[in-house]
Amino acid sequence: MPIISIRDLVVEYNGHRVLDGLNLDVEPGETMVLLGGSGSGKSTLLRQIIGLERPKSGTVTVKGIDMNRCSPAELKRLRHSIGVAFQSAALFNSLSVEDNVALPLREHTRLAPSIIDLMVWMKLAVVGLADFGKLLPQELSGGMKKRGAVARALALDPEILVLDEPSAGLDPIVAAELDELILLLKQAFQMTVIVVTHEMPSAFRIADRIAMLHKGTFSSVGTKDEIRASQDPRVRHFLDRIPEELANATAVAAHFEKYLQTPEITQ
Amino acid sequence: MASIFEGVGRRTLAELDYVGSLNIQLWSTLRAMKSALPLVGNRYRWKATVRQMLQIGYDALPMVSLMAICTGFILAMQGASELRRFGALHYVIDLVAVGFTRELGPLLTAIAVSGRSGSAFAAEIGTMKVTEELDSLRVMALEPVEFVLAPKYLAALISVPCLTIISNTFGIVAGGLFMFFSTRLAPLLYFRYVLESIALRDVITGLIKSVAFATIIAHVGCLEGFRVRGGPDSVGRSTTSAVVKSTFLVIVADAVFTAIFYFTVRP
Repeated sequence: MPIISIRDLVVEYNGHRVLDGLNLDVEPGETMVLLGGSGSGKSTLLRQIIGLERPKSGTVTVKGIDMNRCSPAELKRLRHSIGVAFQSAALFNSLSVEDNVALPLREHTRLAPSIIDLMVWMKLAVVGLADFGKLLPQELSGGMKKRGAVARALALDPEILVLDEPSAGLDPIVAAELDELILLLKQAFQMTVIVVTHEMPSAFRIADRIAMLHKGTFSSVGTKDEIRASQDPRVRHFLDRIPEELANATAVAAHFEKYLQTPEITQ
Repeated sequence: MASIFEGVGRRTLAELDYVGSLNIQLWSTLRAMKSALPLVGNRYRWKATVRQMLQIGYDALPMVSLMAICTGFILAMQGASELRRFGALHYVIDLVAVGFTRELGPLLTAIAVSGRSGSAFAAEIGTMKVTEELDSLRVMALEPVEFVLAPKYLAALISVPCLTIISNTFGIVAGGLFMFFSTRLAPLLYFRYVLESIALRDVITGLIKSVAFATIIAHVGCLEGFRVRGGPDSVGRSTTSAVVKSTFLVIVADAVFTAIFYFTVRP
């Protein structure tokens, strides 16, 4: 039974359709990468999966519970089993890194402060930030912030880890370090990982399966090899880095010609 | 012609939407307030409340005191210049004492707090929205209303009436200084006249107003923050809007309360 199941998902903003009838199953323990270009709907789909937005129609079921029709108590329980690291890291700037990681533990458990401190240290150690817990988020580099966000997402030992553009804006070395961290986490904690990205090397390094989004629909869903071998022109454009719409040089030249003939230029 | 009606209708709906949102937010906050209380609530929320009380109350103390002293002097001097002509200089004491406890103390405090804290609430929450911190609270199963708004509202409910009492005191002291320097009226005698001229109901009606003003400032500031859409520029707009709207609503509420007390509370 899939841990996440998406059925006929339609999302619209102000009448503009962003996701158009998506269907997807994510199996327990697999790493699913949502790959696609800018504006393809990846982040919108992610916000649906974590229950931050309601769809126009369709369902998102996590662990057999419909995210949009469950009770607030069920949603709260469900959210305890999903850890999310946002694209901007979204660490609370007024709290130190260790307080950020401790926050869900303090709020949702009755653990003694000493146990919480130990757990926080362990989570920070997993992401390589054990020596940086006392720092404020603004004192960290971009890559460290993202790792801090991963540590906070791991705080309650979630079954599902969701990462939004983990390597965006990072240099290739730091991005590769994050990829290795994701693989390590999956191996160590056997968790289901969903990663939204547009970085192909990262996607092919960490994914078990890849779902490729194109203008709100899945152009292809399959294993890394299936995606690599795909002959779908939308997939090939993305993988071979072929721009879809190049500027029409003739049309641009004609436009300038016309502009140069206007009275205010000729006079 | 049709576009004028359309515009009026659209504006009316927008204003109704705003008032509705304020009401919903107020109701949600009242339900979440228990968590911010000491002993019975969440101790981290109470700590946040105390921090907010220091920011809203203690940090505003010099500004509110100075404003009250200046206004007390102005009121006493303006009153004296007219009342002297009728040989009724002693009525300056009534004017300052009653004017401050019923009206100027709560209003001056509210305007100062609106400028300092109302804008700070909007900027803080708006920034949290832009940087996805509010979303990260939701995915951690923490309600932003309980986590962010309830401590601010409780702190405002405690701090603003306290600041109002301090403002009343400084305003009346300023009136006493004026009377001492202009008529050599002994300070002790001045304070005896002050106590004779103000009744308990004057203090209570002033404090009722200050509680209402605290509610307006906290909720308008926070709502403006929650309504931020887009990037950092919209945070700036929401900050300005929070000050303008809360100051306007404070003055409207003052007029309403003054009318209610005038017609219902008889000496």
